[in-house]
Amino acid sequence: MLVTSLYNYWVVIGLMMIGLYMVVAQGNLIKKIIGLNIFQTSVFIFYISVGKVDGGAAPILSEGEAVYSNPLPHVLILTAIVVGIATTSLALALIIRIKRAYGSVEEREIQAEEAQC
Amino acid sequence: MLSHLPILQVILPLVAAPSCMMIRRANLVWFFAMLVSTAALVVSVLLLQQVLDTGPISYRLGGWEAPWGIEYRIDLLNAWVLLVITGLGTAVLTAARVSVQREMDDLRQTVFYSLYLLCFAGLLGIVATGDVFNVFVFLEISSLATYALIALGRDRRSLWAAFQYLIMGTIGATFILIGIGFLYMMTGTLNMADLAQRLPEINSSNTVLAAFAFIVVGVCLKLALFPLHMWLPNAYAFAPSIVTAFLAATATKVALYLLVRFIVTVFGVDFSLTSLPLQSLFIGLGLMGVFVASVVAIYQVDIKRMLAYSSVAQVGYMVVGIGISSVVALQATLLHLFNHALMKGGLFLALAGLVYRLGSSRIDAFNGLGRTMPWTMGAIVVGGISLIGMPLTVGFVSKWYLITAAIESDMWFVALLVVLGSLIAAIYIWRLVEAGYFREAPVARAATVGEAPLSLLVPTWILIGANIYFGIDTRLPVEVTGAAAQYLLGGIQ
Repeated sequence: MLVTSLYNYWVVIGLMMIGLYMVVAQGNLIKKIIGLNIFQTSVFIFYISVGKVDGGAAPILSEGEAVYSNPLPHVLILTAIVVGIATTSLALALIIRIKRAYGSVEEREIQAEEAQC
Repeated sequence: MLSHLPILQVILPLVAAPSCMMIRRANLVWFFAMLVSTAALVVSVLLLQQVLDTGPISYRLGGWEAPWGIEYRIDLLNAWVLLVITGLGTAVLTAARVSVQREMDDLRQTVFYSLYLLCFAGLLGIVATGDVFNVFVFLEISSLATYALIALGRDRRSLWAAFQYLIMGTIGATFILIGIGFLYMMTGTLNMADLAQRLPEINSSNTVLAAFAFIVVGVCLKLALFPLHMWLPNAYAFAPSIVTAFLAATATKVALYLLVRFIVTVFGVDFSLTSLPLQSLFIGLGLMGVFVASVVAIYQVDIKRMLAYSSVAQVGYMVVGIGISSVVALQATLLHLFNHALMKGGLFLALAGLVYRLGSSRIDAFNGLGRTMPWTMGAIVVGGISLIGMPLTVGFVSKWYLITAAIESDMWFVALLVVLGSLIAAIYIWRLVEAGYFREAPVARAATVGEAPLSLLVPTWILIGANIYFGIDTRLPVEVTGAAAQYLLGGIQ
C-alpha cells in the first residue's frame, strides 16, 4: 500500500541514484553531464510531488473548491530548471573547449595526457 | 534610501554585471567595476554601522510580509561577512587591471569583469538573504560565474579544473536543494527565522534529519572541507591569478558563513551540535584536514597549488571552531574567516605580481627573489608569518582564541594539535623564504626582472598591512565577532 501510493517518491530515488551513478562511473564527459541532468531532474520531480495535495484542485480560485494543490514548489522548481539549463549549457561549452584543447572528451585520455606534462 | 540598503548591496553588482558587456573598453570596464564594488563596500559599512546601532535589520522584498515574501535579514553575522566580502572583493579588483591585461586578450577582459561582478553579487546575495531558497539561487549564480572565471585561465588544465568543479559544485548545490525541499515539506516555510521557530517541534523526524544531512554535506562541498576538497587545488592553481585571489578571499568564506547560518540559526545548536554527534565529527574532520592538507602542501612544486592546499588546512581550523561550539570557539571561527581572507588575499595578490613578472608560480621562480623583487617577496614573507600564526599578525589572534576555546572546553588534545598544525605551516612557508633569500637567481634573469607594478603592489601591501594592523589593534574584529557569537548562541553557553 505504502509503496504504491508513494510511487513517485520511489521514482525520484531511482532516478537520483541512476544520475549520481552515471556522473561517477561514466568516463565520457557528455555522458557525465547527462547523468547530472537526470540527477537534477529527479529533484524537480520531488518538488513537484511535494506540492500535490490529495484531492486538491489546480490552484486557480473557483467556485465550489475548498482544497487546492500547493503551487509554490512548482514555482520554485521553475527557477531550479532555469539553473539546470544554465549549468548544462556552461558544461557543454566547457566540453567543446576541452575537446579542442585535449582532442578528446574521455576522462581517461585527458588524465593520461595530463600525467605526461 | 537608507532603508533599502540590504537590497542595494546585492542589486548594485547584479545590475552592473551585464552593463559591463556594453562598455567593452577594457580600462573603462575596470573603472566601472571599481565604482560599483566601492559602492558595495560603502553600503556594507553603512549596514554594519546600522546593525551595531539599532540591532538586526529586516527588509521585505517588494513589500511582502516576511514568512510569505522573501526577507533580507541583516544581523551582526551577516553584516560582518558582507563587510569582509566587499572589502576583499574591492581590494582584489583594484589590483586586477594590470594582471588581467597581461593574462587575457581584450574581449576576455570585458567578460572577466562582467563575471567578476556577477560572482560578487551572488556571494553577497547568499549572505544577505534570509530565505533558504534564495540562498540556492544566489549560490548557483555565484557558482556558475566561478566556473567560467576559472576557465579563463591560460593553461588548458584550467578547463579541466573548471569542469571538475562544475560537477562537484552542481552536486553540492543540488544536495542543498534537496535539503531545502525536505525542510519545506515538513514546515511549509522557506524563511530562516520562521524555520528556526518551527523546527524544534519536529526535530526527531527522519525527514528533518535527512534535510540536515543533505544541507551540511552540500555546504561542506562548497566549503572544501576535507575530504570534499578535491576540486579546490586544481581550480585555484590554474585559474587566472586575480581569480584565485578573489576566490580564496571570498568564496570559501561565504560557504563557511552558510554552514554557521544553517547549523546555528536554522537548525539550532541544540539539534545540530548537542543531540547529534556532529561535534566530534567536525573537530575530527577539521583536524584531519589541517594535517593532511598541510603535509601535502609541503610537497607542492607550484606555489599557487601549495597555498590552495593551505587554504584547505585553514578551512579545517574554522570548522574545528564550529565543532567546539562554545561562544569563544565560534568567535575564533568568525575571526579566522576575516583573518584568513586577509592573509590569502594578500598572498595570492603577491603571487599575481610574481606571475606578472615571471609568468610562473613554480618554486624555482622564487630563487633570488628577495633581491630582484624585494617588496613582493616581503609581502609573501609577512603573509606567510601571519599564516603560521606568529604574534603581532592576525593569524595569531584567531589561533589564540581557538586554543583558548579548546582549553576552556577541556580539549587539551585539540589545542595541542592546532599548535602542531601551525608548525607544519612554518615548514612550507620556510621553503619560500629559503628559495627567495638563500638561493641565487638564474644569471640570465637577474638583470631583466624588476619589481611588480605599483598598481599590483599597493593593494597587496594594503592587505598585508591589514594583517599586521589588525594583529596589533584587534578591537574592531574582536568586538564585532564577539558580539556576533554571543548573539548567535544566545544565552545557551
